[in-house]
Order: sequence, then structure tokens, then C-alpha cells
Amino acid sequence: MKTAHPFTSEPGTVGEGLAQRGVSRRNFLKYCSTLASLLALPAGMAPVLAAAIATARRQSVIWLSFQECTGCTESITRSHSPTLENLIFDLISLDYHHTLQAASAEAAEQAREQAMHDNVGKYLLIVDGSIPLGNPGYSTIAGISNHAMLLDSARGAAVIVAVGTCATYGGIPKADPNPTGAVSVSDIVKDKPIINIPGCPPIPVVMTGVLAHFLTFGKIPELDGLGRPKVFYGETIHDRCYRRPFYDQGKFAQSFDDEAARRGWCLFKLGCKGPVTYNACATTKWNDGTSFPIQSGHGCIGCSEPNFWDAGGFYQALSMPITPVQGTLAAAAAAGAAAGVAVTWHNRSKKSAARAAHQKMTVDDLKREEQ
Amino acid sequence: MTATLAKGINAFKEVMDAPIASFFSSCVHCGLCAEACLFYTESGDARFTPIHKIEPLRRIWQQEYTLLGKLGSMVGFGKEVTDAELAEWESLVYDSCTMCGRCAMVCPVGNDLTYMIRKMREGMVAAGHAPEGLVTATQRAISSGSPAGVKWVTVQAQIRRLEKQHGYTVPVDQVDVDYLVLMSSWEILNFPEYLGAVGRILNQAGKTWTLASDAYEATNSGIQIGSSDLARELVSRIVSAAERLKARCVISPECGHAYTAIRWDGPNLMGRPFGFEVKHILEVLDNLRRAGKLKLKNQKSLTQPLTYHDPCQISRRGGVYEQPRTLLNACASDFREMADTGVMNWCCGGGGGVSANERAEPLRMNVFKKKKSQIEALGVKTLVTACANCRVVMEEALEHYGMDVEMLGLTEVVADQLEEN
Amino acid sequence: MNSLDLLTFARGTALNAALAVCAFGILLRLFEIFGLGRKADLSPARPTTPGSGWRTMYARSIPPPGMVRRDPVTYIAGYVFHIGLFITILLFAPHIELIREVTSLGWPSLPSALVDALAVASIIALLVLLAHRFSNPVKRLLTTGGDYLAWVLTLLPLLTGYLAYHHLLFEYTFMLALHILSVELLLMLLPFTKLFHVVSVFISRWYNGDISGRKGVAS
Repeated sequence: MKTAHPFTSEPGTVGEGLAQRGVSRRNFLKYCSTLASLLALPAGMAPVLAAAIATARRQSVIWLSFQECTGCTESITRSHSPTLENLIFDLISLDYHHTLQAASAEAAEQAREQAMHDNVGKYLLIVDGSIPLGNPGYSTIAGISNHAMLLDSARGAAVIVAVGTCATYGGIPKADPNPTGAVSVSDIVKDKPIINIPGCPPIPVVMTGVLAHFLTFGKIPELDGLGRPKVFYGETIHDRCYRRPFYDQGKFAQSFDDEAARRGWCLFKLGCKGPVTYNACATTKWNDGTSFPIQSGHGCIGCSEPNFWDAGGFYQALSMPITPVQGTLAAAAAAGAAAGVAVTWHNRSKKSAARAAHQKMTVDDLKREEQ
Repeated sequence: MTATLAKGINAFKEVMDAPIASFFSSCVHCGLCAEACLFYTESGDARFTPIHKIEPLRRIWQQEYTLLGKLGSMVGFGKEVTDAELAEWESLVYDSCTMCGRCAMVCPVGNDLTYMIRKMREGMVAAGHAPEGLVTATQRAISSGSPAGVKWVTVQAQIRRLEKQHGYTVPVDQVDVDYLVLMSSWEILNFPEYLGAVGRILNQAGKTWTLASDAYEATNSGIQIGSSDLARELVSRIVSAAERLKARCVISPECGHAYTAIRWDGPNLMGRPFGFEVKHILEVLDNLRRAGKLKLKNQKSLTQPLTYHDPCQISRRGGVYEQPRTLLNACASDFREMADTGVMNWCCGGGGGVSANERAEPLRMNVFKKKKSQIEALGVKTLVTACANCRVVMEEALEHYGMDVEMLGLTEVVADQLEEN
Repeated sequence: MNSLDLLTFARGTALNAALAVCAFGILLRLFEIFGLGRKADLSPARPTTPGSGWRTMYARSIPPPGMVRRDPVTYIAGYVFHIGLFITILLFAPHIELIREVTSLGWPSLPSALVDALAVASIIALLVLLAHRFSNPVKRLLTTGGDYLAWVLTLLPLLTGYLAYHHLLFEYTFMLALHILSVELLLMLLPFTKLFHVVSVFISRWYNGDISGRKGVAS
């Protein structure tokens, strides 16, 4: 830090934080360019983004984890190290996150209450994990049920971001038979803007990108019918998949170790759910743009879609029946045959009756009775 | 419901079977049957669409023999078949259908519409909705033995003329013969040369044959009007004569529906297979030819351009379409085929009882335009056929249209080709 | 219920229900037909014949001479529709997977773009046939509500399949669900509408061929 830092370094801003951490303007602009492209903004927007982010006050964020596996946190923290994505934490003031924070017990809860009090109406509430409604005791933090804590924390939030399929749609806890009565954030909170970032886990840059968007523009990005940012969830994996041409040509892997699989042909027949999965995996990819499931030879399991766990087997082609139909068919055919026998019996007796009622025709019958 | 309507409905229920049910199930209302029906092609009147002619039968099937139809009737969906409706359908079923079976050859789903019309007529006649002309013909057939009222004495007079002309004895009521020869009223009244020709051919071939004084008439108005009971009565006369005379084969004459009545419907009407064969005269002639028993002159006696009209019941509905061509080629040097021929021929317009139904005459004359154009396209002046009914119908129509075309019966053509003894 | 739930419903409960109704209906209808019986024909059949029920079953797929000229619209549009539909149903990879799952039988598929083109051809043919139904006097006379119902039931799977494939109108998952549901509607009503000709055409053609065949005529 020998020279004057290029960031506006007013105290308490993001710029100050970045300057203290020794982030160069070059690197910061590069990050902003990446962000702009991720958000589908024109390239000229990168300096605007940079200026906006640098001068923004660090946003107070409260992160609540309910019925979850910590995979979402793993995803966001392990992302793209050592690139700038990690630094997104410098954009925000993460006031409560019970996995990451140093404080524990009462001090931790105090931090949450303090942040809520200090930033009422302004803080960002991030939630991962679903909320059990079956019994409050199924999942509690500091003796407070998830449901109560969500309602309490949501009250003063500016925006709620549900990350991961559990928070957005109930996820695996909600999977049939849903023993805890798990529901999503949007099932409970109805009066706050909610951004859904589904995925099991969500793509790290998608999480950070959405946060950056909010910080930059001060508003939530354009969402689709399921509350997902359209910019990341506007297209299916299938439509952006590099194996798509094989699908169109009718070239499919029949098993995971056949020649077609080795050639990288389409995995549709092996159960790939890419055609009905809206996510950015095929474009942003994972682990610093290294790969994504289909690229490593496995079909998409559709983890970012609502109720994906109950939407048929992962290895059943999308066009296949979810439940076996042979039994149904056999039973229905048997019932049809039984009904058919009954109808046949009825028809035959009707025909016999008609035959019995037949009066032998003579020439005298050829003239019709006058009415 | 009147008693006759009840009988008609009962008959509809009685005739329903698996083929009918499959035909109705398959119909997709494509209308192609109309395109094969000369009553439609020559008039453009959609009511003549073959499947439409069977609509009342379809409704009976649907309402009585399908679960969905039954449920529909229960909640008041099914439109009942009424006497007025059958009255309206009478002309469609009898006047504008010759049961030629051409539609049954083109229906993409394979519906045998002739089979269906035959069943339809069973109910129509039971309901008292058969046309006057056909009723009269049937009454005469039952009471006098011939739809035209021809009696045995008329046949005897013809026999005497023939015996004088050809110098052989016409056997009557001979027992243990190869053939029992039948005739149609038309042959007795209009074309006596038929019997003369058959006699010459069979005599030359060394076959024994006979006429039966109590079963000389081959036609069957019962089949045409659609009454199995009456058809059985008429067929049984032939069957008992053939059995009494121990004939090995009954020869159906040059008449289309007579062949259907005896050859195909006969055993089913009687409820038992026959102990004798039934053959159309053309089959007999061709068999004799193949057995070398038909000695024909090498010099073909007919040199003018001519064509052959396939009688529907003999070719399409009878399977006799190769024999006439072989025979004709042996007798004529310039035999030309019509565009639609053999099993895809066009009807003369008078089959299936239409010729006996005076009311249908204007229709019959109109549909002859098809045959007229076929004949004109070939430019022939001679038309050979093997059905006396076709022949009468076409002679009338040729006259009506002022066409200078001569008609010949194929049997007579073959007889004229015989080597002189 | 969201799109994926609807799709799951379509692939699960609804598919089972549709196949059950379809199988029930087909069996019932077959019993209704065959149960009426057929008297044995006592007339001796010709010993040799070019015709038979089996022959007519396939031979009737070819138009008799002169007929195409008499009604080119019905024949050409009819062929385009049926061929397009068969190929779309039987040679599209996802459909083959479904068939393979249910019957354990599978075969190679055609490229999607080709199937897509044939589906479009089928849809156009259906539209032409509908227009012909309005304009042709014979068809107009014969047409009942059932014909329009069958037309809609047939069009819907083709149309929804096309829209889903091209991501038109609704998002793919929802459209795919609609597509599968439309097929299920078709399956459920197939036995009880004229669409049953899919099955009964083989029976009626067989009877036709048998009736003519024993007389020595190949029909």
C-alpha cells in the first residue's frame, strides 16, 4: 500500500474495506466486469458497478440456517478461491451466521438482535434450510423455533434472499413423506420481497452476483414466476448444454460406460433432467468455471427445481413414467375384460331375445301396417 | 311404436354381429366411400354417401350394444330410431344402393358396406319400409316361382322352340346328372339364346344336365329385399330340387345376385353345407375349356372392338373375373378393358333390386352416365356381359341415351365359337 | 402446484390413470365387438384365392387405383398426417424411451429436427383436413361433434409437443407437462371415440379381407 489507493475510501464503505485488504483497482474492475457479464449488463456498466460498489455502505446481512446441511454455506465460502468472489464478504457486514461467526451462545444471538435493531428496515436476511411446521422442536436455535425466528427476523428486513432448494422450495427435508412438515421461506413470509436462489447447493457466483446486484442497484433483480432472478435462471441447462447437438441428432449414451458415453453424447436416456432444469450450470459452471455435472459425465439431477427429489428417479429418462405402469395396465386390462364379459353377456342375451322374438316373415308381412 | 317398427328394430338387433360392430367402430367419417359410389359421383348428392345410408343401424348398434351408448341413452343422449326416419331412409337403402360393393373395396378402414346394407335391409323390410316394386317382385317370386311371374308353361314353350331350333332334347327332371341348370326370368323372357347356348356347350362336352320343373328360377328377391326368411324359402326350392335330382353341380345362370344367393348365401340361409357344388356358368365354361372339353374354333368369331362389363356380384362379390377374360379372348380378336374393371368395375346401376324398383328409374338412368362414359372412352359398339339383369338395365339405358351399342351374353358368345359338329 | 409438480403428476399419477382408462376401455371395446360373435360361414370358400383378412389388413393402406384423383385432399393430407404422426410418436427419442420402459422394446431414433418437421407437416395436414371437413359436402353431412373432439384430441399432443420443443408460449417444463397431459387425455378417450379405429381398423380390415378373400377376391 505505498501509493494512494484508487478506491474512494470513505470510512465504512466497501471501498475502504477493499483498500485495507490490499485489493488492486485492476482486480476489482475485473471482478466488476465478470459480475456485469454474469448479470447480462453491457460491458460499459463495469466501472459504474465498481463505483457503486466501492461507495456503497457495507450492507448488514443476517444469515439464518434452518433445516439444512450447510452445503449452501460451503458453496459460497469455498467459491473460486483466491479470486475476488471471496471478497464479496467485504461488501457486506455479515452480522449473524452461526456457522461462520466467531461468537457463540448468547453473544451470537445478541449480535443478531443488535443488527436487527440497528438496521431495522434495511438489513438483508439470507435464509438457507427449510422450516419445519410439524413440530417446533424439530429444529431450534437458542431454543427458538425456526418458524418463530424467521418471522421475527423477517419483520425488519429490507429483502429476504432464500438460498438453496430447501429455503426456496422446501428441498430434501420436504421430500416425500416430509416427516417434519418442512416448508419454504415463501410459504411463511408473504409481505417481504423474496429472492429465490435455488440449487443444492446454488452456484456460488450466482449467490454473490445477486447480492452484488442488490448492493449496486439497491433493488432486487427481475424475477421469474418462481421468484428466481431471470438472469441466472432464464434458460434450461439443456438449452445451453454443450451436448445439446447430440440430442438434436439423436445421439444418446445408453449406459455410463458405453462408447457413446465416452464420446460425450447426450445423457437424456440416462436420466438427465437438463431439459426441465432452469439454472446457469452449463454457462457459469462450477469451481472457477472448470466443469459441471454433465461435463463430468453425469446427467443433471435437476436439484434447483422445486420438489426435484420426488420428480422421478435420477436415472429415469424424463419421458419415462415415474411409477411403474405395468401393474396398472394389467389390472386395468383385467377390469376391462371383466366389464367386457359382463357387457358381452348382456349383449348376447339381448341378441338371443331378439332372435326369440323373431316372427318368421311371410309375403303378407311385406306390407306395412297403416297407422 | 307400431308393431312393424318393433319388428324392424328387433331385426336390427338380431343381425348385429362382430364384423358390423368393428365396422361402426372403425368409421372415421372420411367420406371416401362416397367417392366410390356411382350414385354420389354421378349426382354429387352427399345423402348417397354409403355409410350415411346405414345411419339408423349404427345408432341401434351404439345404443343397444355399446356400454357408452347405453349410458348415453339412459341420460337421454341417444336419438331413437323412428318410423319416420326409416321411411326417409327407404330410398337411400333401396333406390340408391345396388349393393355393388365398390365402396367396400376403397374404405380405408376396411368397412364392408355391402355387408352392412344387407343387414340394414333386414330391418327395413321387417319394419315395412321396402319399396313397392321390390315388394311386388318378392310376392310374385314366392307365389309363382319367379319375380316376373314367369310360370313353368312359359319355360316349356321356350324348351319346345329350342328343341326345334337346335335339334336336341332339353332334359327335364332328369335324375343323377352332372348339372342342374337354372335360369333367371330375364333369360326365360328376353334371352332364350342362353338356354340354347348352355345346352349346346354341355352336350358337346358330353355332360349330363337337366332343368327342374319346380326350380327353374335362380333369382332371389328375398336377398334383394333383405329378408332372410323369404330368401331361404326361395333357395330351398333349388336345394330340394338339386338333392331330389342328385345333381352334382348347380349352375347359376348369367345373373349376379342369383349367384350370391345360391353360392354364398345359400348354405348359410339353409343352415347347412350343400352336398352339391354351385358354380356360375362362366366357371363351368372355363373349367370345361381347361379340361379340353370345350372345342372352340381357332378363327375368332367376334372381330369388332368390344369390351366386357363385370357384373358386380360375379366379379367383385363373387370372384369370377379371370374366367370371362380368358373366354372372351378365345372368342374375340379385339377385346378392350374399361378403365375401372374387374373387381373395381362400376355397376350398371340396376343391381341389388334397384331394377325391380320402378321408383328408382330416374336415378338408375342418371348413374348410367358412368358406364356411358366408360363405353365411349373405348369407342366400342359391342358390350359383353354375364348378367341378364345388367344386360336389361344397360339395354334400357343405352336406348335412353340413344347409344348405338349392341349387348351380348358371354355364354352365347362362347356357344357361337364352338366347333361345328 | 408448480410446473415440475405438474410434470411429475403427468409422468406419475396421471399417466397411470390414463393408461388404466385406456387399457380398460380397449379391452371393453374389444369384448363389445367380438362378444357379438359371427356365424360360421357354411358356404365353401374357394380353394385358392389372392385375398385374405391378413392381406387386406395391410393392403388397404394403399389407395385403390383412381381414388387419389377423386379425393386428393383426403388421401394426401391423410397420408401426411398419419405418416407424420407415426414417425413423431415412434421415432422421437424421448418417446422411444417411454415405450422401452413400458414394453422393454426399443429401436433407434431419428434426428429431432426431422421429427420436428414431420410434426409440423402433421399439424398442417390436420388443419387442411379440418378445412376439408367444413368444405366437402360429404364430410359435412357425416361430421358429428365426435369428429371435432377427435380432431382436437389429436392436435393437442402435436401442438403442445411442438411448442414445448421450441420453448414457445410457456416455459418448457410446463409445456412438457401439458404435452404429456394432452396425450393422456387422448389415451383416455381413445377407446370411446372414433380414435378407436387405431385398434379396430385391423379388425374391420380383417373381416373385409376375409369376406372377400373366401370368394376369391383380394380386397
